[in-house]
Amino acid sequence: MAKKPVTFILNGSERAAFAEEGLNLLEFLRRGIGDLSPKYGCGQGTCGACTVIIDGETHLSCLTMAVAIEGRKVETASGLANGKVHPLQEAFMEHFAAQCGYCTPGMLMSAKVLLDRNPAPTRADVIEAISGNLCRCTGYEPIIDAILATANMRRLA
Amino acid sequence: MAMHRGRGFASINYPIGMNLGGDPSQALVHSNPDGKFTVALSSIDLGQGMKSVTRQIAAETLGIPVADVYVDTADSDTGPHCMGSFASRGTHRVGNAVIQAAQEARAVMLEAAAEELEVDATDLVTDGRGNIHVKGATSRSITTMAACQAAQFKQGRTVSGRGIFLIPLSEVDPETGEMTPVSCFAHAAMLVEVEVDDETGEVSVLDMQSAYEVGRALNPRLVEQQLVGGAWMGMSHALWETTEPYYPDRSHGPVDFNNYLMPGPGDLAPHHISVLERPAPDGPFGGKGPGEMCANPVLPAVANAVYDAVGVRIDELPITPEKVLRGIRANGGARPKMRLTRTQFAGAR
Repeated sequence: MAKKPVTFILNGSERAAFAEEGLNLLEFLRRGIGDLSPKYGCGQGTCGACTVIIDGETHLSCLTMAVAIEGRKVETASGLANGKVHPLQEAFMEHFAAQCGYCTPGMLMSAKVLLDRNPAPTRADVIEAISGNLCRCTGYEPIIDAILATANMRRLA
Repeated sequence: MAMHRGRGFASINYPIGMNLGGDPSQALVHSNPDGKFTVALSSIDLGQGMKSVTRQIAAETLGIPVADVYVDTADSDTGPHCMGSFASRGTHRVGNAVIQAAQEARAVMLEAAAEELEVDATDLVTDGRGNIHVKGATSRSITTMAACQAAQFKQGRTVSGRGIFLIPLSEVDPETGEMTPVSCFAHAAMLVEVEVDDETGEVSVLDMQSAYEVGRALNPRLVEQQLVGGAWMGMSHALWETTEPYYPDRSHGPVDFNNYLMPGPGDLAPHHISVLERPAPDGPFGGKGPGEMCANPVLPAVANAVYDAVGVRIDELPITPEKVLRGIRANGGARPKMRLTRTQFAGAR
């Protein structure tokens, strides 16, 4: 299959790699770039484990073509920590919001976009924001609490 | 057409691990050249906290800081045998094996310290902060690191220990048939409130009140995490999840997340939990296992609440809108249970 060069910004740094036409962004990031933070859950856009941020919006990387990110800004969970852990990661740890951890990178991405847009979300806002991310361990409560706590912390800071 | 509210109660006894005898788990503990300890297991941490709790148990038994213990696990090539992480057995079975292994390693560590301090090992105690000292004389002390290094580089000892936990075979009394199949029980009780729509058959869980008796909660935050997540999964099994919706007919079986029903973050019910701690005599520091029994009381409690709400007794899970509606039709309509006021209840007795 023909390969195309793709140049994009990943977590603030310019990256370039060849992607086969038809390759999805999830496989491109994991195998082509070596960023293992987006997870392969279902491969059909129902679980949210592969959620990444493209130009400030959440996208399911398993349903996005790698060649479609040419020139765009992509953020993944591996870029959240910048010298120290991100407040969302801190809150996820504090609230025991992960057990097996497979959904966590996707949850963090959905949560980040929510808080970037809405610094004072209600519980209902948080539930809506993570409604595309499945979790099988926590019962969601600790995740919702962690996201609300991050918003509260930011308002106090 | 109306919404009907109902309440259901259930209580359970949950036997920890596989029973009737056997169910072994092993642990190996050894000190490294830096004086820190490695616990080798092949038990799996699925996220439930096996590594955290065995680390705590090893540190407590060895008498050293938790930071000085590393748990190496999940590889059956390098770890000693374990039956596995299931049946809520991890804390109880593996924890007991870790205690036995850590006790043996601790004894060697104290002998090594005794040789260095020129005292009797039975006079030594650990302070849990990385020091070993003579009972009543804290100035006569040696660090656990120095003791372990002396053992390995001067005295020629391995600071190590072996542990296994094995339930003795339960013999059947030939006359009465009596036996002791179970060595350790956890308990739970739960009250669930539901709302049932008699037009659609849909059931919503409004509230869950529970009490879980887990022995000693060795790591209270992990116990709470297990109970919150596990009870949610119980609710999910009560109302949504099945791989065989028309068992034994295999048709309509779900093949992916698109048609495997499970609740999302919008389908949660408030859950008020009380953790009761009654240490288990045969548990590691009194711990039992909160694993599977988090989910168990939810299913019968929801079934009872549906019966209370609309008079439909459903004995096949999950309690789908289809089953509720068929039951309501068979009864000729919803039959909410009669609610007695407190005074009527007292009068009726």
